[in-house]
This record gives sequence, structure tokens and C-alpha cells, in this order.
Amino acid sequence: MTTVEFSPAAEPLAAKLLEPAREILARYPAGRERSALLPLLHLVQTEEGYVSPNGVAFCAEVLGINKAQVGAVATFYTMYKRRPTGEYLVSVCTNTLCNVLGGQEVYDQLVEHLGVGHDETTADGKITLEHAECLAACDYAPVVTVNYDFTVDQATPESAVELVENLRQGREHTPARGARICSLKEMQYQLAGFADPRDGAVADGVAGAPTLRGVRLAQEHGVAVAGFDPDTPITKTKPLPKDEVATKAEAAGVAANKPASDAKPAGDARPSGGEGAK
Amino acid sequence: MTQPRQEVLQKLTPVLTKRWLSPDAWQIGVYEQLDGYRAIRKALDVHPDDLIQLIKDSGLRGRGGAGFPTGLKWGFIPQGDGKPHYLVINADEGEPGTCKDLPLMTYDPHSLVEGAIIASYAIRANRAFIYIRGEAVHAARRLRNAVQEAYAKGYLGKNILGSGFDLDLVVHSGAGAYICGEETALLDSLEGFRGQPRLRPPFPAIAGLYASPTVVNNVGTIASVPYIVLGGADWWKSMGTEKSSGPMIYSLSGRVVNPGQYECGLGITLRELIELAGGMQPGHNLKFWTPGGSSTPLLTAEHIDTPMDFEGVAAAGSILGTTAMQIFSDQDCPVYNTWRWLEFYHHESCGKCTPCREGNYWMVRTYRRILAGHGTVKDLDTLQDTADNIFGRSFCGLGDGAATPVVSTLKWFRDDYLGYIEGRTAPRLSEKSLVGAH
Repeated sequence: MTTVEFSPAAEPLAAKLLEPAREILARYPAGRERSALLPLLHLVQTEEGYVSPNGVAFCAEVLGINKAQVGAVATFYTMYKRRPTGEYLVSVCTNTLCNVLGGQEVYDQLVEHLGVGHDETTADGKITLEHAECLAACDYAPVVTVNYDFTVDQATPESAVELVENLRQGREHTPARGARICSLKEMQYQLAGFADPRDGAVADGVAGAPTLRGVRLAQEHGVAVAGFDPDTPITKTKPLPKDEVATKAEAAGVAANKPASDAKPAGDARPSGGEGAK
Repeated sequence: MTQPRQEVLQKLTPVLTKRWLSPDAWQIGVYEQLDGYRAIRKALDVHPDDLIQLIKDSGLRGRGGAGFPTGLKWGFIPQGDGKPHYLVINADEGEPGTCKDLPLMTYDPHSLVEGAIIASYAIRANRAFIYIRGEAVHAARRLRNAVQEAYAKGYLGKNILGSGFDLDLVVHSGAGAYICGEETALLDSLEGFRGQPRLRPPFPAIAGLYASPTVVNNVGTIASVPYIVLGGADWWKSMGTEKSSGPMIYSLSGRVVNPGQYECGLGITLRELIELAGGMQPGHNLKFWTPGGSSTPLLTAEHIDTPMDFEGVAAAGSILGTTAMQIFSDQDCPVYNTWRWLEFYHHESCGKCTPCREGNYWMVRTYRRILAGHGTVKDLDTLQDTADNIFGRSFCGLGDGAATPVVSTLKWFRDDYLGYIEGRTAPRLSEKSLVGAH
């Protein structure tokens, strides 16, 4: 891709994103660059806030595949948005557990308060609202995220309205367990696989009480697993691979036709059985 | 709330969760002070085959749901085949109710990195990927930071600690698709395609990522490895039961006083876990619960003393799954809850196979009708028939998972369904939700 000629559709994005795109491609084995497609689609959202036809063209041309192949992938995943999004994406979990613990009321209240429905953006361009499926924080139910960071735990209609009003007014709102709030476009850069560029953001957020409940209980009552000795020896039956090379070289004639790393006879490398991993 | 009794408190086994108490354990310096990166020194000093044997001896079984023996899985990777091998860590946590991997990666990310190094060395892989759920942004932030720190210290990259072993580790974010938790769909997604499951065989051990031998393991499985390397197989087996060894993080949510993560030896019962969690909330009596996420058959109050290990839960007619225990009471409606789960499965069905794609579409509509007060007794037969045609006939486990709450609630709570049909229960959904249903 060193000398890709971009089409007029892809050119404006290429001017800004070609360098990070190259970094993304370099993460995957040579010849397997298509693996970069998901991070590339996140990357184009850093500029446009959604995957536009131009974004599809850019990904296709970087990878040397066609636009239909990119489009098929972009439309499959929920996090690739198909319309322009707001500055902040507010997601309310309404899957069963959060739902019955009040998530549905939270979502309904936000719909009424903001005047938008699922996957819609407020007229001021600040907030895109969505109801989300299980966000893997059921011990904090119901949960609300902003740009996917956990922002309101044990949410109520009131605390959710307070959040969106703070976001709209540009007031600071400290997330419950995520990093300080950024824009959705900035978050896409991290989703493309790059480190959070904000100084100190990785340190933000502390574990909440539910996360630590079991381990705190054990600590308070002095419960520990007995018999842990980190120096417990591992039974050695074979020399190390690097020593093996030397040993085998000495015993040349006998094992010369086998690769040094192949300690087992070939027949012992059993094929994965039908009863294997489900 | 009631204090748990001493004998129940003794069932706690803080192993994988222990470092969560140290707020800075996500930093490499703190991690190193807490036994961190000690296991890789031990591991790199033995032959990979001896490591595989150690994991086999420990009895470690996969923490992602299926419970397949980890050492056996590693042993399936053909050695000396001249092909590159890959380790892929399934960090696509999303099974409803499951919330154990995200805190682990957020508060102790290096334990996963260290486990990945040891596992890769054992299966002779020089490249490993952590496929992390897209929405898990804070966990990914910490994990990427941990990987960067590990490279800087020489734990990743070329010739790790002078062992001659090279490893590159990439953290790859998904983009919002529950199906990618299915291991072959995950591999397709990681290759840059739609996340749709593959036909097996061939299994990933023979033709996985890039058609090469690949081990796919869950976060909890890989994070267990350094502890086994340090403490040994016998110590590991001192926790849990004979066939289900070791500690497990049980995620309790719903109608208990203190929802949260409780790490205990496999085989603890729900009764004991509820006791640890301070009991049921006042005014709530246990009615139904998921042992391991919504894809595992629901159990009821009568199963409260079932040992929560692979064998015990199977004997009760369900699956241990991800030990994601969502606890519901007599104030919750199994019909409404099942409808909401089905909306989820319908949304997340990848569309590859007909039973799952069409079956979920129609079941959702049948539920809406029942919950709006327009259901008939015949609808229950239709639901049973549809679920029976999805279960076992779908391309992957997502379809089976969708049929599961339907079948189990029809079995245990038929009267709750009849309540809506016979007009004894007030409708939960409005007429509006039926638009387009006829």
C-alpha cells in the first residue's frame, strides 16, 4: 500500500488517516492485512463520527478490497454508525437484568427528555441516544455509558437526566468507573487500537464496591487460600528447546532428520477430535 | 442484611481477584511487587511440553462457558508442523449477566498478559491476540497500557528474558456483536470479516486463525495460568471439586442485597452465595435464576442447593456457563424477562442460519402478543415447537441459547404464561408494540 492512488471519494480521509492506517496494518502478519478492517472502520469514525460512503472507500482502497466487502462488514457491527452521531453517545442497558431493575424507565425518561429515540441525535448535535444490550456490569445495574465508558451506575431517571444536562451544558461529569469523558470521535481513536493520548486517563476510575465485594469480605475475615508456595517446582521431563538444539546436534546421525523443536514423535500430535472444544 | 456464617466465608478463595484490592496493580511496577512476572521466569525455564502437562495435571477447565480441559486443548496443537501457531484470547464478554472478565482486565491487566506469554510459549505461538469487546473501552485502555509496559520491560517482543522465545501481543477491539464470543465467529471477525460462525471440524486447533493451529481461550482461563505455574497443580486442586478444580469468579446480580463478584472454589451453592451477598433483598423471595448467563437453562428456588460446578449444574439440567447468576424474585415475571432476552438474541443473531434468524424473529412477535394480552393457549405450543426447531438445529450455540429461556420458562412457569392469556395478569406491553405483527 506504499503507492496507493486514492479515489476522489477516499482522498480527503487518506490525507488525514493514512499514517495511522499504516500503523494499524503493521500489527498483523504480512499478507493478513485484512485483519485491520475492524480497527480501520473505527479509525474512519474518528473523522466523520460514522462510516460514510467515503469511509468505506478509504478502507477498501487501503486494503485493496472492494467497497461491497467493506460495506458488508461495516453494516454487521453495532458500533459502526450509519448516520452522523452526536458529540456523546449515551447508551442505556435495557437487557433483562438492567431492564427489570429500572433501565427501561431510565431509557424512557431520556427519550422523553431529549426528544429523540434509539440511534437518534439531538438537534444541537450533542447527544446520540441508544438502548444497549448487556454491557457486562450487571452488578451495577442499571448502567448508563457515555462513549462506552461506565458513567452512571445504579442509574435512575433523575441521575440520567442530570448526566445528559451536564453533557449538553458542557459541565464536568465524572464517570463512575471509566476515564474522564472525551468525545465519541476521540474514543474511536482508542478503539482503533491506539493508546489514550490524554495524560493520566489510563489511571482514571477506581473499582466500585460490587467488584470488590467478595475479595473485601475475604480480607475482612482473614480468609486466604492456604498452601500457596510460588516456588513450587515444575516437573521437568525434557531439556529446554534451546538446550535441545545443542543436545540434538551432538547426537547428530540419530535425529538429524527431525526439526529441533519437534520433541514428540509426529504420530503423537493427535488431531483435534470430534469431541473437542465446543 | 445478615452476616454470612464463618463456614460460608471460608469458601471464599481470593486468587484471581486478590490484586483488585491494590488500586495501582494495573501498573507494571506494582504488579511486579505482587508476584507479577514471576511465573514467566519459571515457565520459560521448562520445556513447553512440561507446561502443558502441568496444566493438564491441574485439571484447569475453560472459564468461558464450555468447560473444556485447557491442557488437553493446548495438547491438540500439532507440533513441528512448520505452520505458525496462534493464541487468541476471547475477551468478548457479553453473555447477559456476565461481568467477571472486564474487572479482571481493568484492575489486573498484567495477569492476562503474563498468562498469554506462558500459554503462547507452551503451544509454540509467536503471535497472540486479545480480542476484546469493543464496548469494553476502559479495560482495553488498561490492557493496551499493560502491553506497552510489558514490551518496554522485555516481557514481550524478541528473545523474552533471554529465553530465545519471541512473542508479539496485539489488543484488538471488536465492534459490537455478541456472536463474536463464539470462537469461530471471533476468528472470522479477527480476520476482518463479518463475525459469523464456521463449520467444525476442522477445529481451531487444526485450522483456526489464518487456517493455522490456534488455541482460543477465555480471559479467566489464561489469567489462571500464572497461578498454576507458581503454586503448582496440587495447590490449584486444593480448591474446587475433583472434576471441577480451582477457583471461579461468580457474578451475582439482581435481587440480592450485595450484588458483586465472589470468587469461590467451584462447587459452592447458590444458597451459600446468596448468604455471602447479604441475603435476598427485603420483600423478595427467590423465584428463578440463571446459573451461567441467559443462554443456560433457568433454575428455580428448588435448585438452591445445587453444587455450582460443571457436573452439579449439568445434573440439575442446566449448564455452568460463565457462572453469571442473575437472581430474580417472586416480583419478577419470567415471561417478560424471557421476552427481553429474546429481543436480545433476535438482535444479535448473525443471520447465517435459518432456524436462529427466523425462529427468533417469530418468537419475539409471539411474546409481544402474549405480553400485550392477546395471546392464546396455542401460542404456547407454537413457542415450544419453534424453540425445539431452533435448539440443536442452529449453526452455533447462539440459537441454542435463545431457545433455552423459552423452553425452561415454559417448563417451570407455564402458569405465568397462562396468567396473561387468561387475563389474570395485567398486560405488560402496549398495543403499539404489536404493529406489524399480524
